[in-house]
Amino acid sequence: MTDTATTTTLTEAAVVEALRDVYDPEIPNLSLVDLGIYRGVQITPDGLTVTITPTFVGCPALDYMRDQIVEKLTDLWPGTPVEVQVSLAQPWTSNQITEEGRKRLKAAGFAPPPRGNLIRLEPLVACPYCNSRNTLLENAFGPTQCRAIYYCKACRQPFEQFKAV
Amino acid sequence: MSNPLHDPAREVPRFSSVTTATADAHAEAARQGVEAVLPSPAFDVLPTLDLPTPGPAPALPQWLVTLDARAAADQEQALNGLLLSLADDEFIVGYRNSEWTGIAPMLEEDVAFSSMAQDEIGHARLFYGLLADRVGVDADQVAYGRPADGFRHAQLLELPRTNWAFTLVRQFLYDQYDQLRLEALSHSQYVPLAEVIGKIQREEKYHAMHGTAWMRRLAENTAEARARLEAALPSAWAAAGSLFEPLPGEALLVQAGILAQPSADLHTAWLGQVGGFFRDLGIMVPAPPAAGFGGRQGRHTADFAPMWDELTIVYRIDPAARW
Repeated sequence: MTDTATTTTLTEAAVVEALRDVYDPEIPNLSLVDLGIYRGVQITPDGLTVTITPTFVGCPALDYMRDQIVEKLTDLWPGTPVEVQVSLAQPWTSNQITEEGRKRLKAAGFAPPPRGNLIRLEPLVACPYCNSRNTLLENAFGPTQCRAIYYCKACRQPFEQFKAV
Repeated sequence: MSNPLHDPAREVPRFSSVTTATADAHAEAARQGVEAVLPSPAFDVLPTLDLPTPGPAPALPQWLVTLDARAAADQEQALNGLLLSLADDEFIVGYRNSEWTGIAPMLEEDVAFSSMAQDEIGHARLFYGLLADRVGVDADQVAYGRPADGFRHAQLLELPRTNWAFTLVRQFLYDQYDQLRLEALSHSQYVPLAEVIGKIQREEKYHAMHGTAWMRRLAENTAEARARLEAALPSAWAAAGSLFEPLPGEALLVQAGILAQPSADLHTAWLGQVGGFFRDLGIMVPAPPAAGFGGRQGRHTADFAPMWDELTIVYRIDPAARW
């Protein structure tokens, strides 16, 4: 069922806007644009090719996000072939999470990664619930590749941190 | 040939974290008052499913026959060999680490080893993909479509998980080597490789920090922890020389700037680093490990046969299987 009257014009800006509505399955309020993994789109008469990059090389959520991108864009522009390429040419770092993304991480109970690409075992991480820095790294590894596990000694709440990488 | 792992009459203790094959495993099993079990599938649980019979070991694929025949004199084939050894190292150590999922001695380490295994197998998939594009097959075919002697990882990595101390020491020794190797590849003239190394280095840094912290923790806390570390070190150390065996055609790769340092230089740097680390902890380091293992030429220990059997079983039942 195509309603040509409401079809959005296919531009890069429109694609990016649409991708703001495709989420990381492991952090459901964080779009892949805010996560910083969107790399670009090529629009040709033959269709469009979106390029994304993984947060961690072995990220298993990537295939899911690829399918979600195809579904979302095909919904918006029926009949336009959509391809998703994964590229490591401009690798992701945790500094590429947008300001909006950092806010959304915190709202979901994840401490945002420290800025400046600090890969250390015990950086000072503020508790996303009470903002105390009196926190303890419990495990540099967590339930997914991109998370570490902390404990807040002030509010006695365990929490996860999105790792700096 | 009967495989004792698949003998339903044999009673295998479930969730045992001690497996045989290294001397310290026997000592550890005796200490715990349990019987060490054969190197076995991840959870020591025998499948009761009525599985289709897996196919036999495939012959060496043509791309690998070509690689073996020409790598010593052909830079492109030597590069294929480099990618294969990188991929196999990460695949095999990742697979061994994944065997702790569910049975590690503490929950946090269960999570840590599972996560590191996921990273390592992710890196392996990337390297297999680079090689697959060069030889015109898909990454799964490269990874699984080979007989055991088609694998080119270092023998250290295929040794059974043995016990917790051995696993930690093996991981530490390997991570220290991997850090040096990644550094030597980070400015590779082969751009597709150089592009991904920086990314992998950042992930591996967490592994190296984890391993170093554990070595210190074992060495500097209780006498028992230290004794277990000291007991595990010799057998891991004895096999660590397998990491430094030169790749076929390595001189060509160094000459072309694809590999910044030959294996011998990595070995020297590693010995200085790891030796210094253990000396600071007051732990006697054995003599430099010997060479002559042959993992980079496809020669493996008896421990690899059951591992190969397990990790290729799905592919041999159905090469097109998808998750």
